[in-house]
Amino acid sequence: MHKRFVTIWFRHLITDWLVIRQPALSDVPFIVVAKDRGRLVITAANILAENQGVTVGMAAADAKAIIPGLQVIDDRPGQAAKLLKALGEWCIRYSPIIAIDLPDGLILDVSGCAHLWGSERAYLKEIVTRLRSKGYDVRAAMADTVGTAWAISRFGQVTPIIESVGQATALLPLPPAALRLEPTVLQRLQKLGLYQVSSFIRMPRSVLRRRFGESLLLRLGQALGQEDEVITPLQVVQPYQERLPCLEPICTATGIEIAIQRLLEMLCNRLREEGKGIRTAILKGYRIDGKIVQAAIGTNRASHSIHHLFKLFELKIAAIEPALGIELFVLEAPKVEDVPHIQEALWAGKPGLDDLGVAELLDKIGGKMGAATIHRYLPDEHHWPERSIRPALSLREKPAATWRNDKPRPTRLLTRPEPIEVSAPVPDYPPMLFRYKGKVHHIKKADGPERIEREWWLEDGDHRDYYNVEDEHGQRYWLFRLGHYAGGQGNQWFLHGFFA
Amino acid sequence: MTGTKKDIIDQLQKNILAWQGFVPPEAGDTGGIGLGPVEAAFPNAVFPTGAIHEFLSAEPEHAAASGGFIAGLLKTLMLNGGACLWISMSRSLFPPALRAFGVEPDRVIFIDLHREKDVLWAMEEALKCEGLAAVIGEMQEISFTQSRRLQLAVEQSRVTGFILRSDPRKLSATACTARWKITPLPSELEAGMPGVGFPRWNVELLKVRNGNPGIWKMEWKAGGFMPVGENVGEAVLEEQSRMAG
Repeated sequence: MHKRFVTIWFRHLITDWLVIRQPALSDVPFIVVAKDRGRLVITAANILAENQGVTVGMAAADAKAIIPGLQVIDDRPGQAAKLLKALGEWCIRYSPIIAIDLPDGLILDVSGCAHLWGSERAYLKEIVTRLRSKGYDVRAAMADTVGTAWAISRFGQVTPIIESVGQATALLPLPPAALRLEPTVLQRLQKLGLYQVSSFIRMPRSVLRRRFGESLLLRLGQALGQEDEVITPLQVVQPYQERLPCLEPICTATGIEIAIQRLLEMLCNRLREEGKGIRTAILKGYRIDGKIVQAAIGTNRASHSIHHLFKLFELKIAAIEPALGIELFVLEAPKVEDVPHIQEALWAGKPGLDDLGVAELLDKIGGKMGAATIHRYLPDEHHWPERSIRPALSLREKPAATWRNDKPRPTRLLTRPEPIEVSAPVPDYPPMLFRYKGKVHHIKKADGPERIEREWWLEDGDHRDYYNVEDEHGQRYWLFRLGHYAGGQGNQWFLHGFFA
Repeated sequence: MTGTKKDIIDQLQKNILAWQGFVPPEAGDTGGIGLGPVEAAFPNAVFPTGAIHEFLSAEPEHAAASGGFIAGLLKTLMLNGGACLWISMSRSLFPPALRAFGVEPDRVIFIDLHREKDVLWAMEEALKCEGLAAVIGEMQEISFTQSRRLQLAVEQSRVTGFILRSDPRKLSATACTARWKITPLPSELEAGMPGVGFPRWNVELLKVRNGNPGIWKMEWKAGGFMPVGENVGEAVLEEQSRMAG
């Protein structure tokens, strides 16, 4: 595909942003300063200050001498990167692949995007006007390579749009700084009187390499499209993603429903053709005020059923706040899986865990109540009762071990064993009676003890001697004594469960 | 004349069953639920699957007994690899114990919620899902309207629902097909043998739609329900009332 790039240059990024935040600064000269080797150095100056001879890199004291009443504002480190990231995210409406170009630019990969706005000229104009109306002083250029677009946006005089054939010609009259060279290389070129790209572009490559190093050739090659240049996108483009821009901002629940329905239709048709299904999906709404609202769903098994996925999103609509309106919906599926081919069964008993209906039901419950409410347990290789089960990771996971059935286990197990008072006169015999919640139970029948040792590699403490007892009313309990028999009232006894 | 009258009444009773949403299972469908003499108490002497059963349990001991009894019923319901959902707010059921009643604990999905309203919502949604064998919901109380909603869901999907009510003081009428109360009974062993015997329960069928309530003594033995002592419900009933009087 034919590549096209746009670079945007924010000429006064920091100062423009400060003016937007504090409109009072718009008609006074001001500078932004940072400490450097014990003195204050200007990191940014607004256009009024620049017109009077203040430049970036100058000492703040000198600038104050030039302009009386100059406002000085402290620099916040990392502010430019933060601003560029926010602006880049805003620019996603123009192209999905946006990269930050520190300290003051953005790079857009606009291959195949411009025709949506009619023409390249209209497209570039739209970007520039929108950014200017926000209050940023920007210059933008479009070319086949990042290098050329960068050069034209910073130094171009004629036209911001460079046709594919005119790459090299457009570069010729520009100064060497347009090639993004290191300062040492620039100085050397300056010393040799090479003030324009045209004066060295035709020199033999070996000469250039010997004199100025590999980096000049690399930058030149990148500008001319002979070398590849990789940009790091701000947001990784999901392979399964659908976009729905809206003519009018959407701010009603019905509107959001329609948007979800449309997006799901587009995405699910594509997934069905590829035999895949959604495991997780995220709906993002880009609001007018620049914020992004999102809702995420997850499924227990891959699904491309529009009806089912819509049901899941429907539960989340109430949480989406449209505020003044949403102008762009994006539906992403970060996790997709192959959908198992379902053979229609003519008759079956109860299909159980593999049933589609069960998976959809669990999605619905998980979507409304949270996935943490759903549990399924598998046996674990521990004798300690609390650790004898572990939660299953997925609906399809099969138990690795068999469920043990050789020892009696209570139907109801208390999460925390509750202390009881007992009368246990005979060592290593079950107690005669015990008191639980103020009620005395006389033990008529008992089994045990079953000694369960604590797993010393996991925790310290005494072992438990479990007794399975039945009282005079036939109610069956699971009691245990902590540690060895100590005589008298020395032992702690607990009630841990109820048998059926 | 009396004969025809009886026929008419029988016919009307059957019609009422149908109007109430009760669909009798086909003859060859099940070999019974394994409850033995208790099944005779139900209409057509068939345990109604695809209906709502409620269990009353005031004490945790009774809840444990009800849990065991339901697990025994689940064994038959989940026979062909079916799955079931156990919805509760403060769950204390210990999954490995289900194995003793012939249920694979990994085929039971537990839903732990915080509000009773959510339990009812989840239960209604689950009862609409035809892929499940049974749905068990633990709640404190249920109103008539709520139970009617569950009953309507069940009529479509033919899933069996069990409600465990832990607060029977506020006993209200419900649309459930049957109301049970399971209490533990002292176990008995062969003469002279020490230890605790098989789980034994006093099974009270307090209400059953178009059936005959009764009281039975049951034991879980050798992987199935076994009636203990006198099998006839009425006889046990008499004995109980005599003891009470």
